Amino acid sequence: MPSAALREQLASVLGSPLEWQARPAPELLPTGIPEVDALVGGLPRGCLTEVCGPVSSGRTCLLYAVMAQVAVREEVCALVDTDDTFDPVAAAAAGVDLARLLWVRCGGRAEHALKAADLLVQGGGFGLVALDLGDTPVEIARRISLTSWFRLRRAVEHTPTVLLALERQPLAKTCASLVLELRREAVLWSGAAGCSRLLRGLRAAAERRKPVRAARAWFEARVWG
Amino acid sequence: MFACLHAPENPAGLLDCAQTFSPLVEQTAPDTVVLDAGGLDRIFGLPQEIASAIARHAGEAGLRVNVAVASNPDAAVCAARGFAGLSVIPYGDEAKFLESLPVQLLAPSPELAETLERWGIRRFRDLARLPEIGLAERLGPEGVRLRLLARGEAQRPLTPVEEPPRFAAEMELEDPLELLEPLLFLLARLLQELCARLASRGLAAHELRLRLRLADGSEHARALRLPVAMLDPKAFLKLLQLDLSAHPPAAAIVRVELEAQPAPTRAAQNGLFVPLAPEPEKLELTLARVAALVGEEHVGSAELLDTHRPGAFRITRFMAENRQLLQRELSRDRQGAVSLAFRVFRPPRPARVRLRAGQPTYVQAEEVCGEVAACAGPWRSSGDWWRADPWARDEWDVALGDGSLHRLYCERHNWFLEGSYD
Repeated sequence: MPSAALREQLASVLGSPLEWQARPAPELLPTGIPEVDALVGGLPRGCLTEVCGPVSSGRTCLLYAVMAQVAVREEVCALVDTDDTFDPVAAAAAGVDLARLLWVRCGGRAEHALKAADLLVQGGGFGLVALDLGDTPVEIARRISLTSWFRLRRAVEHTPTVLLALERQPLAKTCASLVLELRREAVLWSGAAGCSRLLRGLRAAAERRKPVRAARAWFEARVWG
Repeated sequence: MFACLHAPENPAGLLDCAQTFSPLVEQTAPDTVVLDAGGLDRIFGLPQEIASAIARHAGEAGLRVNVAVASNPDAAVCAARGFAGLSVIPYGDEAKFLESLPVQLLAPSPELAETLERWGIRRFRDLARLPEIGLAERLGPEGVRLRLLARGEAQRPLTPVEEPPRFAAEMELEDPLELLEPLLFLLARLLQELCARLASRGLAAHELRLRLRLADGSEHARALRLPVAMLDPKAFLKLLQLDLSAHPPAAAIVRVELEAQPAPTRAAQNGLFVPLAPEPEKLELTLARVAALVGEEHVGSAELLDTHRPGAFRITRFMAENRQLLQRELSRDRQGAVSLAFRVFRPPRPARVRLRAGQPTYVQAEEVCGEVAACAGPWRSSGDWWRADPWARDEWDVALGDGSLHRLYCERHNWFLEGSYD
C-alpha cells in the first residue's frame, strides 16, 4: 500500500497529526471582576498567568478578587508573599477566606519565594498559588532565571491549580500562558479638597498582552465599609 | 485460682505489685485488686506459698496488704476484705471459710441491708442458709447474687486492667553519631517498626516524640504534632529530617528513643463534588519543607484580632481540612464589585513630609518620592489607652504626582508611609 494511502487511512481512523498535538482548552477560573472575565474569560488552570503593572494599578485588587473566587468555590489557596506586603484586613474585606489561605512570608528573598511556590505547586491540592513579586525591585526580579519559570510551568502543568505571578513587569516570557497588564487610569475622590475629601477608589485598565492583544477592559476598585 | 490483694490504708502501687505476678489483673476497687494466679503454683508451689510470696513482695514495696487465695475472684475478695493477713480458701470450703464474715462486706443496697437487718441476717452463714427460691421471690436477683457471694459460689471472669499501649522504640548506639544522615537510617528502622505495630492495631500516630541522648550527657527532645493522624513512615522520616535540620542536636548522639502517640486512623471518603484541597499528609510535608525554607513563624493562616489597632493579626497553623466555609458566596450587593486592596510596608517606612496649611504637599520615603497631587485626611484614630501600649495617629490618603496612591500617617510627630493602595 502506498504511504500516502496508508497515512490517509490512519488519519481517517486516528485523526490528523495536528489533532493529536492539540491540547484540550484549560479550565478557566473566573477572576471575580466581570470586565476582566469578559476580556480573558478567566485564569487558566494548570498554567502560569502573569499580572503586571505599576504601583496602584489594581494588581492586588485583581489578586484578592481571584482569592475570593477561590473561597467561594471552597478551594484553598496559597500566597507566596515575597516582600511581606499582604494585608489580611484588606483581603478579608475583599471576601478572601483567611482560614483557607496559606500565607508564606519570604522576607524579601525572591529565591525563597520561587522555591516555596515550587514546593506548593508540587505539593498539589491548591486551587490557586499566587507568587507576589509586586514590590520586588525590577532589577532583582529580572535576575530570576528563565529556568525557574520553566520549572514552575512544568510543575503546574496537568494540575487544576492556577499559578498567578504578580509583578511590575512581565518576567516569565514564553512560560506564561496569559499575561495581563494593568494600568491605573484615575483615582476616585469625593467631596471638596481640603475639608471633606474622601478616597473612593481607583479606576484601572486591564489589557491582555498574551496570547493576543485584545481590547482593553476597565474596572473600578472601591473602598468598602 | 485467684488471689486478691486488699490494702485499706495505702493502696498506691497495689496494681503494679499485682502485675508483677500476673498480666491478668482486675482493679475491683481502688483498694482491692484481683489477679489470676493460675500457673503460679509451678513457680511458688502451694497456694499458701503463693499468698506468702505475694505478701512478701507487697511488703517489700511498702504495702500493708491482706492477701487471699480462692477458687473464684469474689470469694478471694470477701476473704481479703474480711480477714487480716493471709487467707487460703480450700476448694469447696468457701462457704464454711467465709461464714463468719458480716453481711455488710457484700455491700448490699441500703434497702436490702435494712431488710436483711430486720430479718436478723447479720453473717454470711445466715444468708447462705436461706432458700434460693424464697430469696428470689422476696429480694429479687440482687438477693440471689448476695446469697451466691455469701456461699462463695459466684463465678465470673476477671475484667483485667488494660494498660494503654505504648508505641516506643529505642536504640543504644555503640559509637556516637555526629551526622544527620546515619541517624536518619536508624530513625527509618525505628519508624518502620513503630508504624508496623500501630498498623497491627489499626491505629495511626498524631504525635512523634524523639529523644536523643547526647555524648555530653544532655538530652535533645523534639516533638512533632500532626494535625491529622498519619501512618506513613516515609512522611514521618522526612518530617523528622526537616525538623532535625532546623533544630540540630548540640553534640554527638549515643541513644535514640522514638515514641508515637496513637490515634484512630483517619476515615474519609471523598465525594465526587468535594472541592479541591491538598492531601493532609502531603500538605504536612509541604508545610514542613516551606517552613524549613522561610522559618516556621512565616508560614500559616492569618487570623484577625478583635481590635482596632492597625495591622493586628496573628499567624495560626494552616489546616486545609474540616474548614467550615464562613462566607459561601459574596453578598448580593458585592457581586462583581471590587474592593480596593492595600499593600503594607513592613515595617512602615519613615517619611519626610512637607506640609502646607496642615496638609501634606511633598512626601519622601524609601522608593517613594513626589509632590502630593491630591490627599484626603487627616483621619484620627486611637485606641488601647487603657493599656501600656496605647496608639494614636493621624492618617492621610495621598496620591502622588506619578499616580501612585499611598497611606501616610503621623504618630508622635513622626511620619511614616504605611503602604500603598493597589
